[in-house]
Amino acid sequence: MNATVTVTLALAVGTYAFRLVGPALHGRVTVPPRVQELASAGAVVILVALLATGTLTDSGRFSGWARPAGVLVGAALAWRRAPFAAVVLAAAATTALLRLAGTG
Amino acid sequence: MRSAQRTGPAGPTDSADDRALVRDSALVWLAGGIVGVSFGAVAVGGGLPLWVPVLMSVVVYAGAAQFSAIGVLFAGGGPAAAVTAGLLLNTRTAAFSLAVAEIIGTGRVSRFLGAHLVTDETVAFALAEPDPARRRRAFWVVGLGLYAVWNLGVLAGALAGGALGDTDRYGLDAAFPAVLAALVLPSLRTDATVRRCALLGAGLALAVTPAVPAGVPVLLALAGLFAHRHRVASGAAL
Repeated sequence: MNATVTVTLALAVGTYAFRLVGPALHGRVTVPPRVQELASAGAVVILVALLATGTLTDSGRFSGWARPAGVLVGAALAWRRAPFAAVVLAAAATTALLRLAGTG
Repeated sequence: MRSAQRTGPAGPTDSADDRALVRDSALVWLAGGIVGVSFGAVAVGGGLPLWVPVLMSVVVYAGAAQFSAIGVLFAGGGPAAAVTAGLLLNTRTAAFSLAVAEIIGTGRVSRFLGAHLVTDETVAFALAEPDPARRRRAFWVVGLGLYAVWNLGVLAGALAGGALGDTDRYGLDAAFPAVLAALVLPSLRTDATVRRCALLGAGLALAVTPAVPAGVPVLLALAGLFAHRHRVASGAAL
């Protein structure tokens, strides 16, 4: 058993446990609205932090200009309520083209 | 999700509903498939054997957590940090599962199977539908389709990944942040409180990124929740 197998199994068991919370508790416990509110706000906070760090940094350093430029194009499309697929493809294509043109 | 926001009591027939649901779902399936391909390609490109991303996608089935787990591993963060980062990202599925528990169904099989399909996409689609029957149908249609497409995409990406070489050349590293942007923008747009917390948290995460191990910045971002004010005057306690 190497590290990646351990990581995969631990992640699988833990994630499934989280997902089972609702169906298992359904009809038995009421979650306070404030807790539910903070849980969903926390999810967005984590996702936005992941978005920011994943866009601007790579291994603890600045990621270069090509990636943030691509993400910016994708985010602009998302802001204009473009379909997911268009957002993802435009972001990747922009970054790829900038790299092809020699931008980091 | 646009068609899910239809209003009016004299709605279209069930089969028209189903067609609209499948059409909207197809966009999410396609996006999921693309991200799946990029996950498979990134994992194999980073040096993992083919079966690791494939197995991980079947049993974990959580894109952001999978990306961050292998990201931490590749960055040398170690297994404990990789699992912690992935699980902390997935704590949101516990909140989601509470929100959709009734939608999933009450039978033993549907509860145990449905739990595995609780994702950002299934929750968003289900909650956008107006009545219980359509919510349930949306959850299962989006969820089963996404599960199939995600895993096929990961397999395809893992198979092609070795031949693709450096996946950064194709801009795949920009795809995941873009997916996140598409997922979070609606909440940020409509909720000023969440927006304030998120911006504060993202700023914190960026500030500490050079100094702390990978995976830790996004957790420290949760400190942004201190900016979360009570919106319910009575019965709210923290």
